[in-house]
Amino acid sequence: MAGSVQFDLVSPERRLASVQASEVQIPGAMGDLTAMEGHAPTITTLRPGILRVVSADGTRAYVVTGGFAEISATGVSVLAERAVPVDELTSAALDALVADACEAAAVNPDKDSADKAVADLNAMRAAVAL
Amino acid sequence: MPSLKALKTRIASVKNTRKITKAMQMVAAAKLRRAQEAAEAARPYAERMTAVMSSLATGIGQTESAPKLLAGNGKNQVHLLVVMTSERGLCGGFNSTIVRLARVKAAELLAAGKTVKILTVGKKGREQLRRDYSAHFVGHVDMGDVKRVGYANAQGIAREVLAAFEAGECDVVTIFYNRFQSVISQIPTALQVIPAKFEGGAANALYDYEPSEEAILADLLPRGVATQIFTALLENGASEQGARMSAMDNATRNAGDMINKLTIQYNRSRQAAITKELIEIISGAEAL
Repeated sequence: MAGSVQFDLVSPERRLASVQASEVQIPGAMGDLTAMEGHAPTITTLRPGILRVVSADGTRAYVVTGGFAEISATGVSVLAERAVPVDELTSAALDALVADACEAAAVNPDKDSADKAVADLNAMRAAVAL
Repeated sequence: MPSLKALKTRIASVKNTRKITKAMQMVAAAKLRRAQEAAEAARPYAERMTAVMSSLATGIGQTESAPKLLAGNGKNQVHLLVVMTSERGLCGGFNSTIVRLARVKAAELLAAGKTVKILTVGKKGREQLRRDYSAHFVGHVDMGDVKRVGYANAQGIAREVLAAFEAGECDVVTIFYNRFQSVISQIPTALQVIPAKFEGGAANALYDYEPSEEAILADLLPRGVATQIFTALLENGASEQGARMSAMDNATRNAGDMINKLTIQYNRSRQAAITKELIEIISGAEAL
């Protein structure tokens, strides 16, 4: 196994995770990316999706919406507006997320980005398969 | 001199008051701990957010393409003051200090010929500002049913503020809240959120930006506003409980002092009555 990076996942209300991870799969706005040790320093915004963290004690997945990830050579920190571990996620919570996004899409003047957010959420919903 | 009976009932009633204030103090202490934990938990997010935004902002803040939330919309005429206060009273000078600060600022702006709009969060501030500034009210956010301040509450306020800014209804937005320092000291603070101000963000390591720096900044700035409001709400919540705790502590102590004073007065007048009766008996006996 390659070296590890310090991974932090924080939402406005609490710190969800702070572990040594060997890789972190991030749903970036321009496409998914995997951060490992020695990754070029990058800042990317997130799209709604699933974030996976591979660490010594297994893989953990979180559903994240909105926010950004900051990757440096030694650490990855993800600041997500909402973040929920996949195993704590319920179908109802997902529905609420989709409904929120639809509502936001209805008033958003930028039709494309709003539709994309809804589509992203629906794709995520399918991926989680609840 | 009040009668013995009146004194006795007075003492009983002050004792009851003391019980209530003592209970309120303990409730406030428990709530304060929770509020502080919440504020503590929110800190990493806010810190990172500010760090990234300020490093981005120093990079492109001066260029002409800078987003309006950062550079302002070029005007400085309409000021929106968001005054955050509590929903409940009995917390000492907590609400008054915020309102006083907001009042000073509003008077200053009005004297300079600016237009002032006020958005109140929490009922107490609205009540205090109503007399002088009710004409400037543009809205009110009721936090009465909110048990625990969540990010969603902050988002709601942020959305309202951002919508007003985007619609050109205000040019500068300042929030007023009490920064929590300790149980006995809360600092009323005015924080300008739009246009965003950053203190000398050190341009640290070079990053790749995905998408462009401008796009990220444009995406982050509204979130930054929500984060700042959220932090302010949490600080305010902790301050409120802290202020209430010390106010109730004082009240409990005062009630204790008062009980002592009343008890002494009660004993004195009882003794006086006894002495008087004795004198009457003795002088009656001597007269025989």
